[in-house]
Amino acid sequence: MDDVKPLAAAPSEQIPDTPREPMVVMDGVNKHFGDLHVLRDINLTVGKGEVVVVLGPSGSGKSTLCRAINRLETIESGTISIDGKTLPEEGKPLAQLRADVGMVFQSFNLFAHKTIRENVTLGPVKVRKKSKSDADQQANDLLKRVGVEAQADKYPAQLSGGQQQRVAIARSLAMGPKVMLFDEPTSALDPEMVNEVLDVMVGLAKEGMTMIVVTHEMGFARKAADRVVFMADGQIVEIGTPQEFFTHPKSDRAKDFLGKILTH
Amino acid sequence: MLDIIDKYDILGAFWMTIRLAFFSAIGALLIGTVLAVMRVSPVAILRRLGAFYVNTVRNTPLTLLVFFAIAGPYYILQISLTPVNSPTALVDNGIRWAIVALAVYHAAFVCEALRSGVNTVPLGQAEAARSIGLTFGQSLREVILPQAFRGSIAPLGSVLIALIKNTTVASVIGVAEASLLMSEIIENETASVSVFLLFAMGFVILTLPFGVFFTSLSRRLAVKR
Repeated sequence: MDDVKPLAAAPSEQIPDTPREPMVVMDGVNKHFGDLHVLRDINLTVGKGEVVVVLGPSGSGKSTLCRAINRLETIESGTISIDGKTLPEEGKPLAQLRADVGMVFQSFNLFAHKTIRENVTLGPVKVRKKSKSDADQQANDLLKRVGVEAQADKYPAQLSGGQQQRVAIARSLAMGPKVMLFDEPTSALDPEMVNEVLDVMVGLAKEGMTMIVVTHEMGFARKAADRVVFMADGQIVEIGTPQEFFTHPKSDRAKDFLGKILTH
Repeated sequence: MLDIIDKYDILGAFWMTIRLAFFSAIGALLIGTVLAVMRVSPVAILRRLGAFYVNTVRNTPLTLLVFFAIAGPYYILQISLTPVNSPTALVDNGIRWAIVALAVYHAAFVCEALRSGVNTVPLGQAEAARSIGLTFGQSLREVILPQAFRGSIAPLGSVLIALIKNTTVASVIGVAEASLLMSEIIENETASVSVFLLFAMGFVILTLPFGVFFTSLSRRLAVKR
C-alpha cells in the first residue's frame, strides 16, 4: 500500500507543497494477541507537523497501532522510528524516546495521588531535570492554555472528565513532545465535554504539532486532519485526505463503516 | 493480685514486647518493600527469587524460625550481633536474633500486603508514568508505590498487629517479654484467670489503638479515583 500520498487537496487547511520530513515511520509492523493478528504489515509515514486521524471499527487495531508507537505495546516484526531514531527495546533509551512522544489516553490516567500542577510538573522535573520553579511556571502557563488554571491545586478526582483530559494534554505538552498520540481521547467523556477537549486539540493541530489521533469524532477528522487512515482487521485499508475519504471512500469496508456511522 | 504486680516487672516485660515489635516492624517493612519491588519487577529472576522467599518463609512456623535464628547463626556459626565480650551478650543476642527472625518472617506478609496494594493501582497509572519518560525505578517511586502504600495500609495494619502478638514467640529462646513473664508468674504464683486477663489486657491496649489508627489512616489517605 502506498502510504506516502501527496498531501494536496485537503479542503480547509493550507498544506505546504514541499514534502514533509518524516516524523513517525512504521515499516512492516506486525503484532498478534494470541491468535488474533491485530497489526498486519503496517506501513505508515507521518510527516512533521502532520495531523493523521486513524478511523476504523472497534477491534480494527487502531488503538494498538497508536500504543505501539511509544512501545506501550511491543511489536513482533518490523520497525518503528521516531524522528529518525528506531524505537529501542527497553531501559533508559526507551524512556528517553518516550519523553519526546506525548500520549493522551482514553481514561485520562492522571496520577491520582498528585495535584493537577504536580501531574504537569512531574515529567519536566524528573525527566527533563527542570528546576521546580521553572516547571511550576511552565505548568501554570500550560494549564491556563487548556483552561484549567483555577483547578491547579485540586486532585484529579475532583475534576470533570473534560477537565481531566485537558490536564492530561497539558501534562504531555510539558515534555515538549515531537509528536502527540491520542488514543480515543473523547470516548470516555460525557457528550457536553467532548468539544472542550476537541477545541484544545484543534488548537494544537493549527500550531503545527505532529499528531496521530485515534478517534470516532468525524467532525475533528474533517476539521483538523491532513490525512485519514482507515483500518479494519488489523490492516490499513485506505489512506486519504478527509475530503476524499468522507465523500469518495474507495474500499467497501470504508463505505460500509461510513454508512453505519453517518446515517444517524 | 496487687502483690504480683508489685513483685514482678510487668511494665518492663511489656516494654520488651514493644521494643521487639518496633524494631522488627521496621525491619519487616524494609525487607518487605524490597521483596514487593522484586515481585512486581520486569526481571523474571528477581520475581522468582521474591516468590521463593515469600513462599518459603510464609509457610515456615515462626517458632521454628526464631529457634533457628538463635541455634543456627548464633550458637553454631557464632555470629554475634553484640560485642562478644559484653556481659549481656547472651541476653542481647537472644533479643536481636529474635528481632531478625520476626522481621524476616513478617517481611513475607508485608510483601504480600504491598503487592495487594500495587494491584489497587490501575495499569493506566504505570502506562502514563512510562509515557512521560519515567524509568521503571522512577515510575515505582513517584507513581506506583505511593499509591500502593495507601492501598495497602489496611492489610499492613493487620500484619503489624499480628507482629505485635507474634513477639510472644520470642519467649521460646528466653527473651524476657510479656508472655514469658506470664508463664513465670503462673509457675511461681498462681494460674488464676486474673493473671491471664492482666496480660491479655496489656496486649489489647497495645494492639487495639493500632487497629483504630490504621483504619482511620487508610480512610484518610485513600486515593480517590
